[in-house]
Amino acid sequence: MLLTAPLLALLLLAYALPFLGVVRWSVTLPQPGWSQYIRLVSDPLALSVLIRTFRICTLVTVSATAAAYALAYVWVRGTPLQRRLAELCILIPFWISVLTRAFGWLALLSSRGLVNTWLQQLGILAEPLTLVRNEFGVIVGMTHFLIPFAVFPIASAMRAVDGRVLLAARGLGASPLRVFWRIFVPMTLPGIIGAALIVFVFALGFFITPAILGGGHSVMVAELVYLHMFQSPDWGLGAAISVMLVAVVGVLMALLWRFARPPALRASR
Amino acid sequence: MRRERPGRAALAAAIVVAIFLLLPLLAVVPISFTPARFLSMPRGSWSLVHYRELIDNPDWGASVLLSLRIGVLSSLLATVLATLFALGIWMTRPRMAALLVGFVLLPMVVPPIVSAMTLYFLLTGLSQLAPLLGYDTWPGVVLAHVVMIAPFAVLLILVALAGVDRRIDLAARGCGATATQRALRVILPNIWFGVLMAALLSFVLSWEEIGVTLFITSVNAITLPRLMWMGVHDNVDPAIAAVSVLLIAITTLALIGRMMFQRADASP
Repeated sequence: MLLTAPLLALLLLAYALPFLGVVRWSVTLPQPGWSQYIRLVSDPLALSVLIRTFRICTLVTVSATAAAYALAYVWVRGTPLQRRLAELCILIPFWISVLTRAFGWLALLSSRGLVNTWLQQLGILAEPLTLVRNEFGVIVGMTHFLIPFAVFPIASAMRAVDGRVLLAARGLGASPLRVFWRIFVPMTLPGIIGAALIVFVFALGFFITPAILGGGHSVMVAELVYLHMFQSPDWGLGAAISVMLVAVVGVLMALLWRFARPPALRASR
Repeated sequence: MRRERPGRAALAAAIVVAIFLLLPLLAVVPISFTPARFLSMPRGSWSLVHYRELIDNPDWGASVLLSLRIGVLSSLLATVLATLFALGIWMTRPRMAALLVGFVLLPMVVPPIVSAMTLYFLLTGLSQLAPLLGYDTWPGVVLAHVVMIAPFAVLLILVALAGVDRRIDLAARGCGATATQRALRVILPNIWFGVLMAALLSFVLSWEEIGVTLFITSVNAITLPRLMWMGVHDNVDPAIAAVSVLLIAITTLALIGRMMFQRADASP
């Protein structure tokens, strides 16, 4: 028990207590009361940001989970060479920082970037397309960032599938496509749910990628907190958004715990 | 046992995803050789001016050194705290183990923006008590990074501990080993690889941390990601492309190296 004390003390003093301070900000700034929470659900600007955040997170969750499923499938069931290549494609982006990856999309998609330069040289385009500094850029960048995180839970669910079940289905005359959709996908459903929840939770609090690729045109909730902290000092509203985010993530994590608990935590019980 | 390999449709889908994942990383390479002072493709002439900029401008070197110092110190502290915590949980199996682990993992699951605000609250408060450890100081950044990365270290070390056979610990206890002896001479030697991985992951997470660092620094403690943020967000500086190429090259070489090492290891 004694060994657990230092880290518990650190997190209590340097994380839990200051968070309570943020909660206090949300009900005391600028004056005591629930005014900031009421603003959050009645202010048209705040409301439109909440709706946009929900829309972007949903789209990113669907696209990242689907993409991760295809890659995880080859990573788990491919030939040794295919598995190695898939692993590199997952791990290289995974280990590269969010800043570099968002910048990569700027290099690719901005008005003087790779795509626009090539399309103009080929004579397909007269004017550069606007591919970043809008919602499209944010969705592409966030999907790119979150695919590796979605691959891991899906791959571990796929590894747990007993190959003999699939062979039995084939032996009974099912086509490969039917085996995939009727046997394999349902068996890996917990991994899909886990991956989708992880992606959604991560996407909710995203700040760096939307700030760079949205260019102030498609502000999400996290960027709204930043703006209220540093651009128009309105700490009370920023704090209220933070508390609301924690509540939403808490509910989603409870779902995750129910459906797809990481094996490490299961073992430690 | 015979197993079915992915069919053509599955391979095609995976290849599309793989290209999507790698394309933006490759795109920074030509951009980094542009002679222009703004983000653009080099037309005709290629130039190393942005790589020279990294050497000539002392800000880049200073931020790399600062990030290394913060990364090493944060990783060391987080790994030690996480190892103690995980050992405590594993050896004594307290009644509320799941609750304690859940609490410790909080900074990992709470949205980074909320952690950033919380740590901003902490460090601006500390500034008044202990100016050396407060807002916009490098020890303050270390404190914030330890809080943020310790959960990841805890998770990796718990995974390593889950693979340890409890009977060797029981045997040691039966032979009269004290708790310290069991921890240092029986359990740790069995999980040293996990601890090493935890330290490595902690370092990388601190080295590239920006979400929280952005909130708790302004002009004094400029880490490498903080400097890159200013170059990407305020005005797009092609020197960022040069830094990105170097970072991508290091990561790719390290991963390919590890893969070759594993292959050499696997084939006797």
